[in-house]
Amino acid sequence: MSDETSDFGTSDVAPGDEGAEAGVGTYLVGLGLALLLTGVSFFIARTHLVWAPSIPVALIVLAIAQMGVHLVFFLHITTGPDNVNNVMALAFGVLIVLLLLTGSLWIMWHLNHNMMPMDQLMRMQR
Amino acid sequence: MSATHADPHRLGHGARSLGGGIPSKRIVVGYGFWIFLLSDIIMFSAFFASYAVLSNATAGGPSGKQLFDLTNVGIETMCLLLSSFTCGLAGIGARKESNLMFQASMAATFVLGAVFLALEIREFAGLVAQGAGPARSAFLTAFFTLVGCHGLHVTAGLMWLLTMMAQVFAKGYRPDILRRVMCFSLFWHALDIIWVALFSVVYLIGVSQ
Repeated sequence: MSDETSDFGTSDVAPGDEGAEAGVGTYLVGLGLALLLTGVSFFIARTHLVWAPSIPVALIVLAIAQMGVHLVFFLHITTGPDNVNNVMALAFGVLIVLLLLTGSLWIMWHLNHNMMPMDQLMRMQR
Repeated sequence: MSATHADPHRLGHGARSLGGGIPSKRIVVGYGFWIFLLSDIIMFSAFFASYAVLSNATAGGPSGKQLFDLTNVGIETMCLLLSSFTCGLAGIGARKESNLMFQASMAATFVLGAVFLALEIREFAGLVAQGAGPARSAFLTAFFTLVGCHGLHVTAGLMWLLTMMAQVFAKGYRPDILRRVMCFSLFWHALDIIWVALFSVVYLIGVSQ
């Protein structure tokens, strides 16, 4: 265990570890940005000032932006050279998530679209 | 030689990584936990996909617009956001080996997480009481599964948090304990990220439709 004293300060960085010595300031900036984005999201969802069909898209964009803020300021996933492995793993995760979401929605939407409405189906089975 | 056999990848020895050497155990552990978190997020995305598919399948029952209370969700969001911040402070406290900063921040994180959980349980109880339980419609089944799964994660996180406070109290800032604290902090931040997707997709879009 004695040789683990230099657990910090290597040329690679674990997720969640600040590369350079960043302190409370990073978290404060992250908290401020996250609060701002959350506030805008809640405002948009309730207001009537915004064109209604654009609201879901705006909410999703704001959510993705806020997740980015959390990743950078809270989890310290950055584009620095010491963070390549973490970013690659994240990119793979995002790829799978996108495939899963778009794939499910796409297939299920077409299935709904091409299926006979449920009440007609029930009538035919009688 | 015997040490090499017991630890073939020399994980316990890699103190520095110079020019492609073996990275320190903290980096290996953090990376492994990061991959677990990503797979956890992939599991959540499957629940999100099923919720999105079923969100209109209300079977004549109440829709999200009639059920969701945005004030409650706003308070829950504040709690998780602030708890993410205090969790970051706890991480700084652990690295500075400052008992006051670490234990106070962890306690604040626990309180905020517990308030979040209490509000969520109250919301669920209210829904079930007005006949909108998970058995009412496919929409509500997907809703309870998705939000409840996040709630279970928060519950597990709160228990982990108490364990970390106790371990640091009893054993001090040993490298292995610090690695556990780092993993906990990653877990807690990831829960907050999932909650961001959750309140946007489920509550805000549900209410604005």
